[in-house]
Amino acid sequence: MGVGKIREGLYGVIAEFHDPQMLLDAAHATHEAGYRDIDAFSPFPIHGLAEAIGFHKSRLSSIVLGMGALGGIGGFFMCWYANVIGYPLNIGGKPLNSWPAWIPITFECTILLAAFGAVFGMLALNGLPMPYHPVFNVRRFDSASRDKFFLVIHARDPKFDLDEARRFLSTLGPREVTDVPW
Amino acid sequence: MATKEQTPAHELRPTTQELRIPERFIPTPTIEPGHSFSTITDHISTIVLRRKTPFGWLIGFLLALGGVTVLTTTISVLIGKGVGIWGINHPAGWGMDIINFVWWIGIGHAGTLISAILLLLRQEWRTSINRFAEAMTLFAVASAGLYPALHTGRPWFDYWMFPYPNTMGLWPQFRSPLMWDVFAVSTYATVSLMFWYVGLIPDLATLRDRATKLWVKRAYGMFALGWRGSAKHWSRYEYAYLLLAGLSTPLVLSVHTIVSFDFAVAQLPGWHATFFPPYFVAGAVFAGFAMVLTLAIPARKFFKLEDFITTRHLENMGKVMLATGLIVAYAYGMEWFYGLYSGNVFEIFMLKNRALGPYSKMYVALWVCNGLAPQLMWFKRFRTSPFWLFVTAMFVNVGMWLERFVIIPASLHRDFLPSSWGMYHGTKWDWSMFVGSIGLFFALLFLFVRFLPMISIFEMRTLLPEAHAHAEGEEH
Repeated sequence: MGVGKIREGLYGVIAEFHDPQMLLDAAHATHEAGYRDIDAFSPFPIHGLAEAIGFHKSRLSSIVLGMGALGGIGGFFMCWYANVIGYPLNIGGKPLNSWPAWIPITFECTILLAAFGAVFGMLALNGLPMPYHPVFNVRRFDSASRDKFFLVIHARDPKFDLDEARRFLSTLGPREVTDVPW
Repeated sequence: MATKEQTPAHELRPTTQELRIPERFIPTPTIEPGHSFSTITDHISTIVLRRKTPFGWLIGFLLALGGVTVLTTTISVLIGKGVGIWGINHPAGWGMDIINFVWWIGIGHAGTLISAILLLLRQEWRTSINRFAEAMTLFAVASAGLYPALHTGRPWFDYWMFPYPNTMGLWPQFRSPLMWDVFAVSTYATVSLMFWYVGLIPDLATLRDRATKLWVKRAYGMFALGWRGSAKHWSRYEYAYLLLAGLSTPLVLSVHTIVSFDFAVAQLPGWHATFFPPYFVAGAVFAGFAMVLTLAIPARKFFKLEDFITTRHLENMGKVMLATGLIVAYAYGMEWFYGLYSGNVFEIFMLKNRALGPYSKMYVALWVCNGLAPQLMWFKRFRTSPFWLFVTAMFVNVGMWLERFVIIPASLHRDFLPSSWGMYHGTKWDWSMFVGSIGLFFALLFLFVRFLPMISIFEMRTLLPEAHAHAEGEEH
């Protein structure tokens, strides 16, 4: 995807629907018709919609796991280094490597980094922040954050043909089918 | 395949009435009937986007700003003269600074609890109160954070608490619960902020699209990060939100656990008890729900949100308050059992001093506020009455402050050695700092309800029956 790049030509064709059921059915039909490069837009998450447009597994869980592990190991190392190597204090001959005392901080660091992974990982995978996007050129797209539902077929889809895509989308019972300029 | 018929909850009612199910067993809906995607969106976003600022808001905000002025004055004097302006001295080195810190941080627990734990437990009623409670959490943690930062005496050296290689060759002592506290509270503040902000992104996009003025559009648009509601985005978003909830759940329990370690790890009678972590966590939830009720009851009236924050929400919060209140009362009882069963002369003295010593009035008031007042919540009449809920919540707010007073100075002021006994009283600066932090809390809260949607709009949409779509072949 040409991130933030304004190009000549067409980004795709978009159809507007009234309710989530119509959008979900339309997404299934479009995917079954052989279109692969499609996207759907809704004002709230719809169960099964991402699967319907052919989106399956996200890498987010591995990012969060990795960040959590990094936080845990890093947090423990921080305590260990500071109190065993950096500034050892001999208190009544007690062992320097008093690891149980470092568990609370290890835990907090694990959570902190895993949470960073979840939030920033989600934003990065979603390609956000992205202030400009071609779908915002659609006049009625404002209502995608209120009460309307949209389905777009991207022009870069191998099966894409402008007239055919317009015709196909209008068979799905949309309120309106519009071209999306870049 | 045909779509599964979804019947809205309110249409189910006549059927259940035909079956002669008594009215009291039919749950009140979490959203009043007659709403659609657009009415929910418009109702909540108009509160933020309307041009005219309500007069009542202005008065409230100015009052809160007055409190902030008191706070900044106190902090200026505090930094100029030192912590000696407070009532702390030997033997009570911790006074209202730590009482207020623990009080605020406890209040700050309800937000994440409602957002995370109730999300994982699939409690749908959380949806209309979670945003508000999360904001309350953030502002409570902000107010809480002032105290430990300032009670160090030389707050300009507070950065010494963070580990970094320095020319002094020093490292923090990570075996100290006070260091654990630094990490627990700062992690909690950061994660709560992210949780709140992530929840806000789709709603900020709604405000961006609904705003009419260009600069307002741009302001919301900047924070909405270009959110467009793509199905792929929603999929990752929901997953991230669920993971955050899963991470926040142990976090919220760990924070007050670690706060309780500040006391439990010390050897002082009245502090040194292994049951402090669960006792503190229950107390935090108790205090937090009381504060949510204290704020939500006037807010729903003022902003006419009775359709979204229904009696059911209030009643459920009342129930949580009762349950956690009982745990807290049980803990107060167990303190006596542990003290007496230990046979330790200092433990027994501490308990006698608590009940009959110079601070006995506070101990009695504590039992009245936290032990007695929540018992009203056994009765549906009181649980469903906003007035009585508010009264009970106010009792709990005071009671939880008294609890920390009884734990902190009332344990410190008479320790092992009678020659070192003394008394603790807050000075005018202690009280002005407390009033000031309340002012800061309310000032932030007033700004929040004016500029951000106080109810999660996109999650409210999902509560409508027409939001449920079913994929073909899902029932296969």
